[in-house]
Amino acid sequence: MSSFEYASAPESKAIANIASSYGLFIGGKFVEPKKGKSFNTINPATEELLSKVGYADKLDIDAAVKSARSAFTKVWSKLPAKERGKYLYRIARILQERAREFAVVETLDNGKPIRESRDTDIPLAAAHFFYHAGWADKLEYAGVGNKPKPLGVVGQIIPWNFPLLMLAWKIAPALAAGNTVVLKPAETTPLTALLFAQVCQQAGLPDGVVNIVTGDGITGAALVNHPDINKIAFTGSTEVGKAIARSISATKKSATLELGGKAANIVFEDAAIDEAIEGIVNGIFFNQGHVCCAGSRLLIQENVSDEVIEKLKKRMSLIRVGDPMDKNTDLGAINSKEQLKRIHEISNTGDAEGANRWSPECKLPAKGYWYPPTIFTGVSQSHRIARDEIFGPVLSVLTFRTPAEGIEKANNSMYGLSAGIWSDKGAKILWAAKQLKAGVIWANTFNKFDPASPFGGYKESGWGREGGRHGLAGYLASDAKASK
Amino acid sequence: MSRLDINKTYKLFIAGAFPRSESGRVYEIKGANKKFIANPAMASRKDLRDSVVAAKAAQSGWANATAFNRGQILYRIAEIMQGRSEQFVDEICALEGVSNKAAKIQVAEAIDTWVWYSGWCDKLSSVTGSLNQVSGPFYNFTTPEPLGVVAIFAESKPSLLGVVRTLAPVLAGGNTAVLIASESYPLPAITLSEALATSDIPGGVVNILTGKTAELAPWVASHMEIDGVDVAGLSKKQEEELKLVGADNLKRVFRFAPTNNPERILSFMEQKTVWHPIGL
Amino acid sequence: MIIDGSESSLKKFLSELPPVDQVGAEARASMLATRSIKTTSKAWAIDMAISMVDLTTLEGADSAGKVKALCAKAVRPDPTDLTVPSVGAICVYNDMVKIARTELNSIGGSEVAVAAVATAFPSGRASLNVKKLDTQDAIDAGANEIDMVIDRGAFLSGHLGEVFDQIKIIKELCGNKAHLKVILETGELVTYDNVRKASYLAMLAGADFIKTSTGKVAPAATAPVVLVMLEAVRDYFTLTGTRIGVKPAGGIRTTKDAIKQLVLVNETAGPEWLKPSLFRIGASALLNDLLMQRMKLRTGHYASANYVTMD
Repeated sequence: MSSFEYASAPESKAIANIASSYGLFIGGKFVEPKKGKSFNTINPATEELLSKVGYADKLDIDAAVKSARSAFTKVWSKLPAKERGKYLYRIARILQERAREFAVVETLDNGKPIRESRDTDIPLAAAHFFYHAGWADKLEYAGVGNKPKPLGVVGQIIPWNFPLLMLAWKIAPALAAGNTVVLKPAETTPLTALLFAQVCQQAGLPDGVVNIVTGDGITGAALVNHPDINKIAFTGSTEVGKAIARSISATKKSATLELGGKAANIVFEDAAIDEAIEGIVNGIFFNQGHVCCAGSRLLIQENVSDEVIEKLKKRMSLIRVGDPMDKNTDLGAINSKEQLKRIHEISNTGDAEGANRWSPECKLPAKGYWYPPTIFTGVSQSHRIARDEIFGPVLSVLTFRTPAEGIEKANNSMYGLSAGIWSDKGAKILWAAKQLKAGVIWANTFNKFDPASPFGGYKESGWGREGGRHGLAGYLASDAKASK
Repeated sequence: MSRLDINKTYKLFIAGAFPRSESGRVYEIKGANKKFIANPAMASRKDLRDSVVAAKAAQSGWANATAFNRGQILYRIAEIMQGRSEQFVDEICALEGVSNKAAKIQVAEAIDTWVWYSGWCDKLSSVTGSLNQVSGPFYNFTTPEPLGVVAIFAESKPSLLGVVRTLAPVLAGGNTAVLIASESYPLPAITLSEALATSDIPGGVVNILTGKTAELAPWVASHMEIDGVDVAGLSKKQEEELKLVGADNLKRVFRFAPTNNPERILSFMEQKTVWHPIGL
Repeated sequence: MIIDGSESSLKKFLSELPPVDQVGAEARASMLATRSIKTTSKAWAIDMAISMVDLTTLEGADSAGKVKALCAKAVRPDPTDLTVPSVGAICVYNDMVKIARTELNSIGGSEVAVAAVATAFPSGRASLNVKKLDTQDAIDAGANEIDMVIDRGAFLSGHLGEVFDQIKIIKELCGNKAHLKVILETGELVTYDNVRKASYLAMLAGADFIKTSTGKVAPAATAPVVLVMLEAVRDYFTLTGTRIGVKPAGGIRTTKDAIKQLVLVNETAGPEWLKPSLFRIGASALLNDLLMQRMKLRTGHYASANYVTMD
């Protein structure tokens, strides 16, 4: 060996006990789907079968909702708040104890680098339970009135990009507020949710408080349309979010929607360039760009754009693409064949519309779903790659001349989930933060998440917030609202 | 022979001016005693469009005014209404057929509602924002910001209070408004707009239309520049239809209990969270 | 010329450098610390690290005997295994230079450099004349490398020209006889912005190496400080085409620490810097830990300190 090439450092799979098949988790037990259907979940890095999971249809959803309703009225709503909180603490602790196992299963099922599932997804998921556990007996201080009440049964539908973390974002506040839930994990990443069902059993959580039903979009629609659901919490595409909004328009159901984004990451001339480069890389290549708040539009002030792009390209050549189980991998597998197709399709319009594509040299594995880290320079606002959410490791680079122009370009989007600001000038940062129409503003940092920090979007990026006191409010009834 | 009264012409209120409907249409309003009172304008979808343009144009100025300034302006509206109390009382009596005493109470409540929401303007962040204790070297705060343009279908009765308690909170949060007055009790809304015109509220921040709710509601629902809707004056059916179409741009649609509550302000605001590292 | 040598041109240049964000720099350094270096790459890294060690003794109690023992260790770190490379240099006070040079030459270690700390190390609080004499004395005694300290007092009070001129004068004394390593003493500069500015200042004044610390002040060679200095040499290369070396010193005691340093080099300045002529690690205890880890890799068993020589 004549140079410093990192030998492969794979995390062991031995810790993951993935069963060959899983049923649905309803009423505290794993049960077979009523029609006995199941579907495969695979490892997107190898296309190998991981397990077969039950396919829930309308009848199964009905059973799950009934179980949640019964648990709500008979058990959960009668439990002292303090005790409710203790269950959440237990869950948090078990997640911490089994963190390594969860990280391995998450990486196998999702394709994300083990470094990220180990250092981000799983610890944050546990932190969400820990944070919300403390709220359970303090709801009267949450700013929604003196006697806040739960909504009842909540239907929750989560995406495949952060499977366990999104589950935690949904279940932890719902339970803390006193609701019971029926959660549907994403079709391609059901495993950590099913593992979480085991955690609920280990924690002794009363049967039916958490129900987990696996399936596809049709399963999700059945959950949304079930008449005995009080609230829908959904994270996913804007398209499906709108469909949900329509589905519930003639009902009393409320909804929290965390939808798409096309975040601008704005680099001003006075930025700390090296840290900005890290922020840009973290903004778009974290989790293969499968992040609704990804900094997918890089806006650079023109007088530093050459320097930034040159440094960015150098930095991109250091990104280690490949086996997600390798502890040194920075960019893992694309989660599914369908998603890979979509990334190809939108990115190809970038070439067709005249933007300049660049990727560092990198060998992609022969099996599995892969896309190299990619940037497009010479992008203008009208290009599709500057407007549509790609949800992959593809960055569109645009430039601006004055701060006002930068903000104007940043806000020129139907989305408003997040935005980044890079500048060393305090006053300018606060000015820009105020102008940007987005729910989360990262100044001199990017893609930071915390259970105490509300997250959610403006405009077509969704309804409501998750996390923090503001997120909790979405799971409590308000006496200020009326229904006719 | 007694002197002939000068009757008021009830027009629309758009961008700080009082135009007639571009459609040239009016409709007849009779009092509780079945006698003719006025022919207010029957706004068209184009009047709605113009109102939204005006509201959008006024939005950033109103949102970026200091909260203290917004509070003062809302308070000024209360002052002006106080001076015109008699007119509001007469109008309410004629329209609703209620007693003078009841009308007076309603006017007083409407005025006090402005005062109440005026006081909220510069307390929203303190009461509803937060400094979030994240796990890391970051300063992280959440603060409410206005949604943008909010359409309001005002309640029918109480005819004046129903307008004020929907409008004031929308303005307090920094939104601009297009208010569609109750079809059957529209006059206090127009008289209010005359008070607004002499207050310090910038043109376009409030726009008031009179006309047929059923005709305007679908255009409100589908207008992509309208960010939120208070459906107080819509039927359940109309509300459902509006929500269905309003999903196209994920309009924030709400109906509130008939009380004053800061949630009326906050529902039409977005919470913005800002992160910044703490370091040398 | 990037600057004309005047204090104003120097100040202008340094003030235009992009700032460093502390939290971001530390996050990058700690992310790189998660790199998992195993098997063949670990073996490569251990040998590379050994060859980069500036084996150091800088004590008041240093004696000829101590220095000679160190020389033996430097040339053959593990007498039982001759495949172990010699270290890069030994680093001593200037009165020990002659002893060290002579000893090294006599035991087959002529390739091992002798580095002398100079310019009133570690505080640098002496007149320019004394600093010049100190340096000249070391060069005359046969030092191959001069590890000088900058005047931190002058730097912090904004007298950048003074700091620059001193480095320039010492560089002139070194001529082509000795390499110049410039110690920034980053623990006293406190901020990463200062580390970046001082790095550039030293490079512009003629440093062949920029070095973090004397080892007498904590914190010393922290990962983010080294990161910022590596960024500086990388960008200076882009600007001038000249590669300047980096030497972290102080606090690097274990193989794990050393490998983290090599990862920092590899992913910041780049693989071109992964050689003793461009990266050194100032240390004393580190060498034995590297040797023990090397034994573990070779034998598969955990090693004992009883089997490595103390000096």
